[in-house]
Amino acid sequence: MMENSKTTAGFSSPRSDNFPAGLRVLVVDDDPTWLKILEKMLKKCSYEVTVCGLAREALNLLRERKDGFDIVISDVNMPDMDGFKLLEHVGLEMDLPVIMMSVDGETSRVMKGVQHGACDYLLKPIRMKELRNIWQHVLRKRMHEARDIGNHEMDQFDEVWMLNGTELLSGKKRKDFDNEKEISDSRCVDSSSMKKARVVWTVDLHQKFVKAVNQIGFDKAGPKKILDLMGVPWLTRENVASHLQKYRLYLTRLQKENEVKASFCGMKHPNVSSKENSPQNPVDVCADVINDKCSGVSGDKAIVQNGKANIYESKVKGVVSMPVAEPRSVVGDNFGSKTSLSDSFALINTDVKSLNVPTPYCFTGEAPQPQYKQDFKPRFPSCTQPTCSLNFVPSHEVRDRVSSKENKPSFFKSRSGVGKLSALEAIQPVSHQINFHALEQIPSTTWSMTSQNVDQNLVNGLQSSPGNLTLGSGSVVASLGEDASIQGECFPAYYGLRNIQQFDYSDPQTISGVPTCLYDTLRFDYEYPNDSLEGIVLDQGLFIV
Amino acid sequence: MERNHHLHRQLANLRQSFFDQGYLDEQLIQLEELQDDANPNFVEEVVTLFYKDSARLIHSIDQALEKNPLDFAKLDSHMHQFQGSNSSIGAKKVKTECTQFREYCRAGNVEGCKRTFQQLKREYALLKTKLEAYFEVA
Repeated sequence: MMENSKTTAGFSSPRSDNFPAGLRVLVVDDDPTWLKILEKMLKKCSYEVTVCGLAREALNLLRERKDGFDIVISDVNMPDMDGFKLLEHVGLEMDLPVIMMSVDGETSRVMKGVQHGACDYLLKPIRMKELRNIWQHVLRKRMHEARDIGNHEMDQFDEVWMLNGTELLSGKKRKDFDNEKEISDSRCVDSSSMKKARVVWTVDLHQKFVKAVNQIGFDKAGPKKILDLMGVPWLTRENVASHLQKYRLYLTRLQKENEVKASFCGMKHPNVSSKENSPQNPVDVCADVINDKCSGVSGDKAIVQNGKANIYESKVKGVVSMPVAEPRSVVGDNFGSKTSLSDSFALINTDVKSLNVPTPYCFTGEAPQPQYKQDFKPRFPSCTQPTCSLNFVPSHEVRDRVSSKENKPSFFKSRSGVGKLSALEAIQPVSHQINFHALEQIPSTTWSMTSQNVDQNLVNGLQSSPGNLTLGSGSVVASLGEDASIQGECFPAYYGLRNIQQFDYSDPQTISGVPTCLYDTLRFDYEYPNDSLEGIVLDQGLFIV
Repeated sequence: MERNHHLHRQLANLRQSFFDQGYLDEQLIQLEELQDDANPNFVEEVVTLFYKDSARLIHSIDQALEKNPLDFAKLDSHMHQFQGSNSSIGAKKVKTECTQFREYCRAGNVEGCKRTFQQLKREYALLKTKLEAYFEVA
């Protein structure tokens, strides 16, 4: 009855210089009426619109025209594929900003959208004015990519992006921008071919990536190292960096979506379900982990129980089945070693999962889950302004601060720092949440003792894996910036580290005095609807064209 | 020209009655704003498309309501879809019925669902007639 896809403009036409005009939008919706309306609205915004009635069709389109689109708008409810799954595919494979749409504005749905990486969530009926500004997501993403990746260097990639949105991007983040702009201007003639260096992460490529990551050890894996190991000449470090971010994100989510019943304490026996709880004092576990060189790896892991890492390993190729073989290592001694990313995530994710089921919260032994539940209401932190949520701390910045070894909470407590972090923290795994609260109940002395060690580890960790520091994909962060509705979800261990770091930096007595907004951002509704295992399927299907 | 003027006024009144009587919400205005030289009949096209596409949804729900026992989840899902579609033209009264229907679904109220759906179809058909008349004149 309806056309599956229809292009209203040329194929992969280069972006015009009067950005945002000419923004190439792909609209995906099974409702032909809305498709028609949206097409018209977007055209009126001077965008280049392509409409598509089927999610699969849309994915094919995106894959075929690798750099053919700037942004995707998709409905949540579609018959052939869940909108969230499409969202994930797009985020991972094409790294494009995705806006979700639905007639349903329930918080849980919106949260799900954000958690799956949507940079915005629009409610139907959609007004044209909402569409007028969607270009900001594209811009934001570019900015983040440019910043995530480079530390101080501005390489060709950055220049290209800068070039495409020159007025908008100019002078924002880089010193020497003027110089660089000149350089990029002169280079623009050459760089047109790399204008949209969108990498399609095929199965092969991704496997190489995962292999490299595991070889290095996720906690140490930084984009450069991974890139070197992968040996793919045309791949850039930025590509790897941004893929790494997403990888973490998705791994985390996958783990979460496995129905893990493991409790926190059962960490030592990652393959065992919740029944076996580790007798180890969680506090000690934390301390152990922190004391270890857990570079880039969060102490959270110590707290977290990995119940279903084995599921994970079967799903993600190249993942070391560490939890199976060495339960102990999970606890503490091997974090500094080649712990694979997936394991880390497995830990975190299972932990997260366990939060959602009424398993004995043996972490502190005294914090029943319901208690947490009510703490975590969706809160929109007032301190998360668009700027700070967007500008999550770039690695070099953090490194600078950390290496100053002030051991002051300034990084975390300063207004801007907190603001930034709050955006970050807000997307933390539920486990982080738990840790927060759990830690509160831990005698403060324990933490203060380890603070120095953590400090050291953090410095090491941060320095060794700059890429790791950056938070999530641009799209996710962008979503933070969008509506400040930062709801949490599982996050890579690294963020957990930061969480712990926070405690350590701050006076134990001030744990409870954590800046309110930061605290608030950590609160989110535990009632995260784990109603689909799409993540698992996603993983397999992700790179299969 | 008086006749034209008269027609115009009729049209304007008819249009206003949609709002006054709660048949349509501001979505109509949004659609009108999209109408331009490139798409001079945009509003009518959208409405036509809506009725054409939603007919099958209505049919699906009708069929689902025949089943015994009712699959409320499925009904809710269909209605959710329909609701989304309905928002494209902003049919207000229909939307009210949609919401009610979904509530009954969640409550597992068979009678409520069936009754509400009948009401929904009435409103849906009534609006269609009115809009057809409107476009006739417009």
